[in-house]
Amino acid sequence: MFAYYFQLGLRSLRRNPLLTALMVMAIGFGVAASMITYSVFRATANNPIPEKSDQLYAVQIANWKADDLEKGEPPSALTYTDAMALMQAHKARHQSALYPIAPSVIPADASRLPIEENSYAWYGDAFAMFDVPFLYGGPWTQAQDDARAAVAVIGKKLNDKLFNGANSVGKSINLDGHDYRITGVIDEWDPQPLFFDPVNTGGFGDPIGLFIPFTRAVDLQMATAGNNNCNATPGTGWDNWLHSECIWIAYWAELPSTADADAYKRFLTGYAAEQQRAGRFKWAPNVRLRNVTDWLDFNKVVPPESKISLLVSLGFLLICLVNTIGLLLAKFMRRSPEIGVRRALGASRREIYLQFLIEAGTVGLTGGALGLLLTGLGVLGVGWVFDEQIARLATLDGSLIVLTLIAAVLATLLAAFYPTWRAAQVQPAWQLKSN
Amino acid sequence: MLQIKPILVALKRHKAGTVLIALQIALTLAIVCNALFIIRQRTEHLARPTGMVESDLLTVANRWVGVNEAATLPLTRTDLEALRRMPGVVDATVTNSYPLRGGGWSTSVNTTPDSKKEQGHTTLYFSDDHALATMGLKLVGGRNFRADEIGSVDAKSFDTAPAVIISKALSDKLYPKGGALGKLIYLSGLSKPSTVIGIVERLQVPWPGNWAGNFAENAVLVPVLLTGNFGSYLVRTQPGQLERLTKAVPTLLFKTNRMRVIPEDRGVRTFAEVREQAYKSDRGMAILMGVVCAVLLAITAAGIVGLTSFWVGQRRKQIGVRRALGATKHDILSYFLTENLLIGVAGVIIGAMLAIGMNLWLVSHFEMERLSLLYVATGVIALLLLGQGAVLAPAMKASRVPPVEATRSV
Repeated sequence: MFAYYFQLGLRSLRRNPLLTALMVMAIGFGVAASMITYSVFRATANNPIPEKSDQLYAVQIANWKADDLEKGEPPSALTYTDAMALMQAHKARHQSALYPIAPSVIPADASRLPIEENSYAWYGDAFAMFDVPFLYGGPWTQAQDDARAAVAVIGKKLNDKLFNGANSVGKSINLDGHDYRITGVIDEWDPQPLFFDPVNTGGFGDPIGLFIPFTRAVDLQMATAGNNNCNATPGTGWDNWLHSECIWIAYWAELPSTADADAYKRFLTGYAAEQQRAGRFKWAPNVRLRNVTDWLDFNKVVPPESKISLLVSLGFLLICLVNTIGLLLAKFMRRSPEIGVRRALGASRREIYLQFLIEAGTVGLTGGALGLLLTGLGVLGVGWVFDEQIARLATLDGSLIVLTLIAAVLATLLAAFYPTWRAAQVQPAWQLKSN
Repeated sequence: MLQIKPILVALKRHKAGTVLIALQIALTLAIVCNALFIIRQRTEHLARPTGMVESDLLTVANRWVGVNEAATLPLTRTDLEALRRMPGVVDATVTNSYPLRGGGWSTSVNTTPDSKKEQGHTTLYFSDDHALATMGLKLVGGRNFRADEIGSVDAKSFDTAPAVIISKALSDKLYPKGGALGKLIYLSGLSKPSTVIGIVERLQVPWPGNWAGNFAENAVLVPVLLTGNFGSYLVRTQPGQLERLTKAVPTLLFKTNRMRVIPEDRGVRTFAEVREQAYKSDRGMAILMGVVCAVLLAITAAGIVGLTSFWVGQRRKQIGVRRALGATKHDILSYFLTENLLIGVAGVIIGAMLAIGMNLWLVSHFEMERLSLLYVATGVIALLLLGQGAVLAPAMKASRVPPVEATRSV
């Protein structure tokens, strides 16, 4: 019966090509618009480290007076002084201060030009904290952190570029004229959004391909390649800046349980209170501990464009559905005589329901196919509206294809309920009489 | 004569279709109004001039390799000399940032040393006496920097700028009565005030977006070259030389000193490219909303055509009876037009409320402005016209139903 109704549905589609084309296009456009914008939203609202997102916390400490804060929130980065105090206290399971740097890689082959590479200075502990996968070797040790050792971890791409993909552990790499020994090569690792530093990246950027110890970077007076915010001029020279109230460091702690997080919050409050007693803070402790999702929310990583366009296209889909209800109603009611005949010949209401829902499903499936085509084109065109770094994340993968088809069929069936119900209510006697 | 009462009675027998058309008109109005408003918001600053002469201008991001921060100044000076000597180059300068670049220095500025509340916000451009000529800024008062006024310092230690040039917008903000020239301004965090020695007609901040919306044209030119690894060269070329120099400039820079990185992505850009990239998402969003509006209107119109055609088909007999009883073709036409107008009016009333409600929600969630009622009014008229236009074809078809139809199959 199903196959027969499906055939009837296809035949009915051909009987009124204009009306059918209208419905298919409405469904196709509506679903495609929603799916394209959803693919972008999905990418920007992604949880980059799902297995640990509620165990990793970004730390904030108000080191400025209330007037300099935005809505009473502590600044979104730490001073060197505070970051070092927290590192020293070592209260979390894993922890790391980090900041973006901009060293240039000088290839051993003197004929090649220096290479820029997205780089961070952090502690060896960060690799374990962020579950960074290694291809060769591993992170540097805490002892090397403490010794301010000239060691580095490089990304797969840089390893391919410099060592043709061979195991380069133990080899050396020249950054800005200084040699570093490679302790590890990381595998593909590209968390998007870049949760550990949305402040400087806006949340999206190319994968990070080079890491060196935080302590080493500070020793070499490598300035931050990201934001540096001061509420007062720090005075001349590196040391004055380092010990100023300028903020430029992100700080992350891994706290496996809620109890750990509470304890850490108490520790932070205690630390701020201590600073207050010492006279550095002239205000009550104001600290925050935000997990990955809260941190991304707080930094507004999902661009407003993404949310607005998703909303508008959902509205668009809604209108397309209302439109489809009307057109299906017209299409089905036009066939009242036919329904009357079928009912008179013994078809139950159930049969009528089935026939027309399947017919609607056929429309939905055709609309879905058109929608899929348009979604494919649209995803290619995402770069027109969104930043390239975001556009590259919006892809038409298997799940989106399935979702597009399901959304199209479900939406059409939903729209078909009322017209089908009306069709099933057709009185056979009435129809037969008037014909 | 409009026959409103019979129309209403007839519509009661087509509740579902009536509600569907009204609902569709309402939703379409709500979305089109807001989409048009987003388009306007996104496009209004697209045309904002930066204050620079934007043609024949090249930007080059430069990063030194393996050089101590303090030692970058002589290298930068060598570069600038080489650039200025290049055939086809009118002038060149170095700066920490430039309009529409995206990142830069912002700070608060006051007219007294101890003012509690910030009087104005501004961006700082650190450059030299070649900035005006290279950027093509128009001096409307005072003078340019002299070569001997150009200092240098590393960014973190910057704390004094005795003489500055400011934009007219900033001058109007700080000294609304005019006469900022020769007066003092206090840049936040600096130990000493700065004297305004010149005013340029216009100079935009590096940020194109809403973030800098309330100080979009407040700029201060500081005669200080920042040392350090980050800086951008601006190169003004002779007409017709831009394309050639886009390739020749990086080649020359690498020849002068190869220990540098000019980023592959956005390293060398003409200002036309800078502008295009800065406003890309705004323009894209406007195009997207425009397409959505167009498709939406088309679908709504098609929906009205479809449903009305169905009604006309259903009522052929009644139309025939009316015609037989003496109604003219024009009466039938005006019946369907009036019917559509009534449904349309109901739709746009609901739609106007939806549009405003939707906008209020967007305002509270996305830093958007209040919807101007002009947009709602325009939308209302547009949708009513669209409805009338869409109903015209089926209504014409109805008016052509012959009176003899009344006698068939009764």
